[in-house]
Amino acid sequence: MSCCAPGAEMALDLDSGTSVLPSSQEIKLASRSLGDGLSQTDLSVPTVHCAACIQAIETALGKLDRVESARVNLSTKRVSVQWRGDDVPPLVAALGRLGYQAHLFAPEVDEEDKTLSELIRAVAVAGFAAGNIMLLSVSVWSGAEGPTRDLFHWVSALIAIPALAFAGGIFFRSAWNALRHGRMNMDVPIAVGVSLAYAMSLYETINHGDHAYFDASVSLLFFLLIGRTLDHVMRERARTAVKGLSQLAARGAMVVRGDGARDYLPIGEIEPGMQLLIAAGERIPVDGKIIRGSSDLDCSLVSGESTPRTAAPGESVQAGVLNLTGPLTVQATAAAKDSFLAEMVRLMEAAEGGRAHYRRIADRVSALYAPVVHLTAFVTFLGWMAATGDWHRAMTIAIAVLIITCPCALGLAVPIVQVVAARRLFENGIMVKDGSAMERLAAIDTAVFDKTGTLTLGQPRLINASSIDPAMLAIAADMAAHSRHPYSKAIAGFAGLAGRPKLESVSEHPGFGIEASAAGSTWRLGRRGWAGWKARTGGEGRHGHGGTVLTKDGIIVATFDFEDALRADARAAILELRDAGVSVEMLSGDTAGACGKVAEILNIDSFVPALLPSGKVEHIETLAKAEHKVLMVGDGLNDTPALSAAHVSIAPATAADIGRSAADFVFLRESLLAVPLAVDISRKAGSLIRQNIAIAIVYNAVAVPIAILGHVTPLIAAIAMSASSLLVIGNALRLQGFVASAPAQDARRDRRARVDQLAQSS
Amino acid sequence: MTTLVYLIPVALFLGALGLAGFLWALRSGQYEDLDGAAERILIDRDDKPDL
Repeated sequence: MSCCAPGAEMALDLDSGTSVLPSSQEIKLASRSLGDGLSQTDLSVPTVHCAACIQAIETALGKLDRVESARVNLSTKRVSVQWRGDDVPPLVAALGRLGYQAHLFAPEVDEEDKTLSELIRAVAVAGFAAGNIMLLSVSVWSGAEGPTRDLFHWVSALIAIPALAFAGGIFFRSAWNALRHGRMNMDVPIAVGVSLAYAMSLYETINHGDHAYFDASVSLLFFLLIGRTLDHVMRERARTAVKGLSQLAARGAMVVRGDGARDYLPIGEIEPGMQLLIAAGERIPVDGKIIRGSSDLDCSLVSGESTPRTAAPGESVQAGVLNLTGPLTVQATAAAKDSFLAEMVRLMEAAEGGRAHYRRIADRVSALYAPVVHLTAFVTFLGWMAATGDWHRAMTIAIAVLIITCPCALGLAVPIVQVVAARRLFENGIMVKDGSAMERLAAIDTAVFDKTGTLTLGQPRLINASSIDPAMLAIAADMAAHSRHPYSKAIAGFAGLAGRPKLESVSEHPGFGIEASAAGSTWRLGRRGWAGWKARTGGEGRHGHGGTVLTKDGIIVATFDFEDALRADARAAILELRDAGVSVEMLSGDTAGACGKVAEILNIDSFVPALLPSGKVEHIETLAKAEHKVLMVGDGLNDTPALSAAHVSIAPATAADIGRSAADFVFLRESLLAVPLAVDISRKAGSLIRQNIAIAIVYNAVAVPIAILGHVTPLIAAIAMSASSLLVIGNALRLQGFVASAPAQDARRDRRARVDQLAQSS
Repeated sequence: MTTLVYLIPVALFLGALGLAGFLWALRSGQYEDLDGAAERILIDRDDKPDL
């Protein structure tokens, strides 16, 4: 069981105050009924990773009351639980006791999964047909004649029908769609080539001809379907991995009615004027005004400001803010659809980024390729008609041209490279949304970073730990363990083993700090003005926000200084980007002072502080107008419009939900080196794609004249097609070859990261 | 020629059997958790028959 120390590594990444455990009402809203009083709940458990985890979770959940069954899916890191009755069994608590954090994820749309299984079934059918027809064709090529050859052709024709209907349907539909909208895509020449080849072969078979292209038409489908399925699997995997992370938007809220009754309502049904109870640790679901209670609010996702804000009655709060310390009663001032979050979504949709105009390399090539191919085949037909007047011969040769030029290698050229590249990125903890993102990333020349949560972790770090009396630090850490305020969490990390008085009656005063009594004295940890009531420094000192102090009976015994911790390797990442010829800028909603400090440490020349979300978009649009291809890296809700305005975007896994879905890449690990790595791999993939397309074009330049001259038989077509496809695949796999040097590089980076950290902490 | 008349159907039938097997496995969820299936063989079940 030693392999299972769940939470150890993930806790660092995700348990950063931003992850909120779902309440049982939320789980209930997210579960679906199976009938007979049976309900099913799917939870995402990102830390499950071995047989022991599976067994521990399934046994523990199975033992709970009313739980019918629990089954872990290790591939998707999810557990699905079936339970009876009205109340949700304490699933999350049970998982928590085992050390696993559970999250709800957005309800799945089954659409995507259907596409995948349809593709796999199509590959299976096409593979079966291609294999069998190829066997029959080989015997024809090796000399079967007369009635035997006819028999083989007939059998092949029969086998090809289901393959064309089922597997080919995917291409026919897509080609038809493109044509109907007056566009050309890769599927048009495929559909035309395959169906013409089949029709001609059928005609040949009926007339006892020598050459039938059943094998070519079906194996073409087979190869192309493989490319398409790989492409789909890659995107699917990224999607589920990203969705499996914690859900940041509130799903519903506890509403207090006029008569005091409490209802848990889904977020869509909350109307302005309703009073909502927000417990400590919950996210505020809609914009509102605080009417009771005081607390500290974490606005980092909303405004990019890293220091928690004190909240008192009368203040307004925005949707997406995390309530940290005390319960609040909030009066909704806007429905969910008019709240801050929804406004961000609208801004995001309005921001028309580079990607809207971007056309994938494959599409650009095929837009040229398809007309050329069709024209060549047509001209060949006319030429042979004019030369010989034999329409049957002219037709046969024209179809041979179509088959030999069918973009088999071209269809594989792009997806195969992207799949290999995506796999490399995946191994390094980076998810790619789709292939076009890599093509766009390869082209960037400017990288724009958000500060809070991206360059920094958005969590404070204690910077003067070494100058504080260890005994005092230990007491402070003990007290801090009782609070979820980010400062407390930073202090709690310094819990020591030194003997210390046992704390009694620890209580948290939202907005102020923590109070505890030990060995007859009163200890307070919190704001200077509140904790040090006997101190003479008077209220707000040089530390701003009153500073954070530890007091014993009102006398200050320790002062704590915090700094927003930089993300691991931020400096190295920016250096690497510079080396790659990318200029780096920083945009932030935070104050100029905070930005200047970070910019200085990281050696960033240009930064713009105190920006509103729309300001970030404008800045990016200005850059885009100056012909720059901009990469945006950001995590907050306030970055989301900028993420979609940029040419390409990257978000850390800790980003807000809509930020993650707006970004093209999501990196799961803490290190910011993911950004230069993604750029590097995308650029390598880009050059491999161009090589592959060149290979496919060279192949055509050689094969097409032979086909036009009428020397192509089905045997030659089969060999040429397979050879070019294998060549393209082999070239794509060279990207895997670069991996060999990666682990060594990683180790070096890790070491450097540790040195960096040491340097910072001393 | 006569051998072909039954050998080809036999070959196709066997191939189709394999295809049907694959489609069945796909439909019944055998491919949904490949990593899990690999790890699950390490779990000792309590319901082992008594010897």
